[in-house]
Amino acid sequence: MLNDADRIYQNLYGQQDWHLAGARARGDWNATADILARGRDAIIEEVKTSGLRGRGGAGFPTGMKWSFMPKQSDGRPSYLVVNADESEPGTCKDRDIIRNEPHKLIEGSLIAGFAMGAHTAFIYIRGEYYNEAARLQAAIEEAYAAGLLGKNAAGSGWDFDLVLHRGAGAYICGEESALLESLEGKKGMPRMKPPFPAAMGLYGCPTTVNNVESIAGVPTILRRGAAWFSALGRPKNTGTKIFCISGHVNRPCNVEEELGTPLKDLIEKHAGGVRGGWDNLQAVIPGGASMPILNKEMCETQLMDFDSLAAVRSGLGSGAIIVMDKSADVVKAIWRLSKFFKHESCGQCTPCREGTGWMMRMMDRIVQGKASMADIALMEQVTTQVAGHTICAFGDAAAWPIQGLMRAFRPLVEQRATDYKPAQPLAQAAE
Amino acid sequence: MNANIEPTDFVFDAVAEAAVARAIARYPAGKQASAVMALLDIAQRQMERLTGSAWVPRLAMDAVAQRLGIAAARVYEVVTFYTMYNTKPVGKYHLQVCTTTPCWLRGSDEVVSSCKKVAGIEGFGQTSADGLFTMTEVECLGGCVNAPILQINDDYYEDLDAARTEALLNALKSGAPLPPAGSSIGRQASAPVTNQTALLNNTKPVE
Repeated sequence: MLNDADRIYQNLYGQQDWHLAGARARGDWNATADILARGRDAIIEEVKTSGLRGRGGAGFPTGMKWSFMPKQSDGRPSYLVVNADESEPGTCKDRDIIRNEPHKLIEGSLIAGFAMGAHTAFIYIRGEYYNEAARLQAAIEEAYAAGLLGKNAAGSGWDFDLVLHRGAGAYICGEESALLESLEGKKGMPRMKPPFPAAMGLYGCPTTVNNVESIAGVPTILRRGAAWFSALGRPKNTGTKIFCISGHVNRPCNVEEELGTPLKDLIEKHAGGVRGGWDNLQAVIPGGASMPILNKEMCETQLMDFDSLAAVRSGLGSGAIIVMDKSADVVKAIWRLSKFFKHESCGQCTPCREGTGWMMRMMDRIVQGKASMADIALMEQVTTQVAGHTICAFGDAAAWPIQGLMRAFRPLVEQRATDYKPAQPLAQAAE
Repeated sequence: MNANIEPTDFVFDAVAEAAVARAIARYPAGKQASAVMALLDIAQRQMERLTGSAWVPRLAMDAVAQRLGIAAARVYEVVTFYTMYNTKPVGKYHLQVCTTTPCWLRGSDEVVSSCKKVAGIEGFGQTSADGLFTMTEVECLGGCVNAPILQINDDYYEDLDAARTEALLNALKSGAPLPPAGSSIGRQASAPVTNQTALLNNTKPVE
């Protein structure tokens, strides 16, 4: 188990003061100017060496992402945008950083902004996090009052403004280009890439979008060093991660652990075990709604990091672990996710707009035992027509839970069909 | 609920005007369209303040468009794209029940039933006869380790079950103000309810 001293978020549960004074007592804002004095290149190099990979879901190396930003401005400003639109079902980690460790996020924004040549950063927070946004705004105002933001931020010689922008309820705005559209005051519909945001992002200017947990961890990484961070976790999957353990466990909770921690340890040690004991486990969704589900056998030895989960055709995603015991109807649980994706599709691409509704309706028929074996085969085939055929990764995210269900629970799904004899041939589900 | 019909006019009041000025000033010159979401929220809160119902009438959308110098249609499409703008009046207490998988696994069906029972309504989108409650089904609220969650207006009520949901709503019905947001079983944020395993001592991290 990770030592308490190696946890980045010492106030994850809000048991200490979140204000500037409390944050300073935990080491935040300590000699920030000295960190900036190392220079852009040195900071990016240190973040690269640490092995930090994006904590929002995709796991792209953070330092490398920063290095894509232009070194010399062509006249356009550069922007840092922090993605606090936490909406992946199962995920509630950024919420804790925002409400209990807001100064880590603010200091991280200054350092990251400096490293990519940005004098302005926007934090896009989901609209439902009203109280969290109020807390973060108060912390930003504390930082301005203390000279940590604004002109010559933290005495570094770098001018830096931080703006909080509230969303208004749309999962798709967690997709970086949809987020930028939304920030510009439009519907949150993803953009075609290229151009990538580092070339043309917010207001047509070079932009990097990073997750809250990626940014908030940076000050600690730079203080304690890349060697400290990379010694935690596993090769290419370094450092710590906040895991959110929800569903059928005795004590649901968030906890910061090393990447590569066994799934079983997270559930048994931190979340009080599966309701009714480990043998009562049926399934786990390991990385938020879009990541393919695992059956009990797969959970026995599964390690929780990017590459270990990719190896079983699932993913770490946002680190949200959704546990289901044997009382759960897993097919219905996945149908509910299909309903989620149908509701949240932005409607821009036809395969996703039509496919998410089609998949939801077919899943509904399977839940009700009103689908034939041929229907199930057809549904599997349709998922492959959605995934990979849309502008953004939402189409994949909508298809994967169903594909994962078929890989991990095929006998259970087919059981619902084998007994089914339609009274008369059903019309195709397409409407 | 006083605002059952489209009002005859909409003008930002003094409270709203101050917020509007702050919102527009946050964005670079010429990029004031970025403030559209903030202005719609300000308009919705003004309606709540003045009529007891948080919603955005069409005249308010037009006022936002005019203030930002953008086409009214641009504002309409923003309003209808996002879920948090109410285009019809809602009750004094907007019951936003999360029923996505993590909440469903922890009993969101019970929360829905309790809301129906106390409000005397049959389904989502309905408002109680006294105008006090409107129930809406929402997707994941991002508080999953404290599921199931009911958001009432701006506040999350967490770790609910049928009995605690009923007690909460019955108190509101009898005129009590909204209680403090958070766990209904006294949990400290996202920490486990008992037997905390991490951050046991408040050691200062190594500098």
